[in-house]
Amino acid sequence: MSTPTSAPLQSEIPPAREIILTRRFSDRVFRGVVTAGGFVSLVVLGLIALFLASRSIDIFKTFGFHFITGFKWDSGDPDNGIAPVLGIGAMLIGTIVTAVVGLVIALPVSVGMALFLEYYMPIRLKKSLTMVIDLMAAIPSVIFGLWGFFVLMPHAIYWAKLLHKYFGWIPFLDVQAPIFERSPFIAGLVLSIMIIPIVTSISREVFSQVPLDRIQAAYALGATRWTMIKAVVLPFGSSGIAGGAMLGLGRAMGETVAVYLVLNLYFQPNFQVLFSAGGSVASMIVTKFGEAGQLELQGLMAAGLVLFIVTLIINFLSNMIVKRTSRTGN
Amino acid sequence: MSAQVPELEVRDFSSVSPQKPWKLSPREVAINASTILIALILSPIIVQVTPLKGKLGLVLTFILVAMVGNIVLSFLRQGVQAIGNSIASTFIYLAAGLVLLPVASIFFTVIMRGYHALRINTFTQDMSVTQSDGPYTEGGALHAILGTLMLVLIASLISVPIGILTALYLTEVKGRAEGLIRFLVQAMSGVPSIVAGLFIYSVLIVGAGGHYSGFAGALSLSILMLPTVARTAEEVLKLIPRDLREAGVALGGTQWRTVVMVVVPAARSGIVTAIILGVARVAGETAPLLLTILGSTTTHLNPTDAPISALPLYTFNLLRTGLNVAIDRAWTGALVLMILVLILFVLARLASGRKK
Repeated sequence: MSTPTSAPLQSEIPPAREIILTRRFSDRVFRGVVTAGGFVSLVVLGLIALFLASRSIDIFKTFGFHFITGFKWDSGDPDNGIAPVLGIGAMLIGTIVTAVVGLVIALPVSVGMALFLEYYMPIRLKKSLTMVIDLMAAIPSVIFGLWGFFVLMPHAIYWAKLLHKYFGWIPFLDVQAPIFERSPFIAGLVLSIMIIPIVTSISREVFSQVPLDRIQAAYALGATRWTMIKAVVLPFGSSGIAGGAMLGLGRAMGETVAVYLVLNLYFQPNFQVLFSAGGSVASMIVTKFGEAGQLELQGLMAAGLVLFIVTLIINFLSNMIVKRTSRTGN
Repeated sequence: MSAQVPELEVRDFSSVSPQKPWKLSPREVAINASTILIALILSPIIVQVTPLKGKLGLVLTFILVAMVGNIVLSFLRQGVQAIGNSIASTFIYLAAGLVLLPVASIFFTVIMRGYHALRINTFTQDMSVTQSDGPYTEGGALHAILGTLMLVLIASLISVPIGILTALYLTEVKGRAEGLIRFLVQAMSGVPSIVAGLFIYSVLIVGAGGHYSGFAGALSLSILMLPTVARTAEEVLKLIPRDLREAGVALGGTQWRTVVMVVVPAARSGIVTAIILGVARVAGETAPLLLTILGSTTTHLNPTDAPISALPLYTFNLLRTGLNVAIDRAWTGALVLMILVLILFVLARLASGRKK
């Protein structure tokens, strides 16, 4: 039964629509604006490197590699014919020493805390405790410094004396003179509290990705909670923990104000972590900034450039490691 | 065959409750509690008898005694395998305690010591006519509070639009440089704050022959704020279902209409969270401000022409004087700063929680 209208309808089928593959003008503008916004970070990072490099080029021309390896920081005295000598070697070593002390303390505590949050905590309390960790990350560094100086330091000096008394035979726990204030150990303690939130939250993130079936398989085979963690969680999360630790190390190396308050800067390399002499590139910049002359100011720019490059490298490595974990996790 | 409907056996399940073998029985809870109690009683005695001294000795002994008690108990209950488990548990609980103790101590000290010098005039006066060791009833942190608000406002005006654009580039446009930009944003979040300060100092104050100003400070803060906003906003935009975007396009929307009218409104509360987290990140920064706004004792509301103050810098500079009264004022500054950060934090939680 054909309807009378079927024949005319067939002839009315419109020609195939043209499919436009080019974007509309408004979309092109939109994508242009968004792309430009996206590239701001590239521009800013580039400018930071460029400007700091251009300001410090004279320093590297004058002092060469000795700027990084030299231990002496002397702005010189042109009237008496004393030439300036600028070197951040001791500060660089000190930065690494304090950051490593901080990491050594923070890492086991953070991993323990992350395990606690994921596997030992009643789920109801988990959320609020995670919030405490987030909140800890938001505490301003000047408050850490204030607290570290007035509250932590008296206790920490006592701990340092005990450590020295019983473990003084280990070279790096020895001291040249019994001065324990503002040592790399104390700075490391404050730094460890400051980086615990970031290491904890990255470890927890990785632990939460552990496949549930593997956990249940371990339990089904009769594992206790600890043997399950040892056999399943830690191997799975190990490179995530390593990445988080590196990220924490980068944070610790760039920390300025808190370290300034609890560390005694000393322009000689010192590996005795309990002794009151340490170094930090970032707090050196703050310390020297006020009275710096023209040349010293350039030296500080160069120090900033070195710090910038070192933290960039560490961040790069840690991101690589964390990324690799999350890929193998799936 | 006549189909006889079998009589259904009706069982009463109401009296049967599910078993929870992992739950501790009251008896076990009592045993655990008594272990801790015994450790609490025993450790002071051990400290008295042995050469161990002080609070540290007490705490260490308590941990040791509790651990030994725990080990013995679990061995008696479950055998050798349980020993390792209970040692690990002790260490993990210890780690949790070690994290929470400093946080509690920081909050407690800041509140107690900050309250000491807190007066009404903290919020109504600045330090222009008051010595830093003047009486508590004179002078205050008004200039620092206003300075912080101004810095944060300008920094947000700069970094929020750029941060959201960056996030949109990573989630919506997905251009060729997506991987590179994501990497650079992460790298930028690791830039030490002092380097951001040095950069602005070298560009604006040395290079352009400018002077210390609120604008310079805000620029250095926006460098630190941008990656936080971009990363958080990216996470939120990733959560918006693909269907929404496809629906927008299917209705004939161009990409930009879809993003502006569908995707961004859907992610609104998350974007608000991103902004607040960014603000909380920079509100407490001190180091870059030292090199860009220098600090001041007077209330100054023009961000372009003269040094200003901010709460972290106010705290830091008073602390550097080393005078007792000034240090009390510094603690008060820290308290005000902490309250500000806490308010921002709670706001961020509320904004992100509302969606669910």
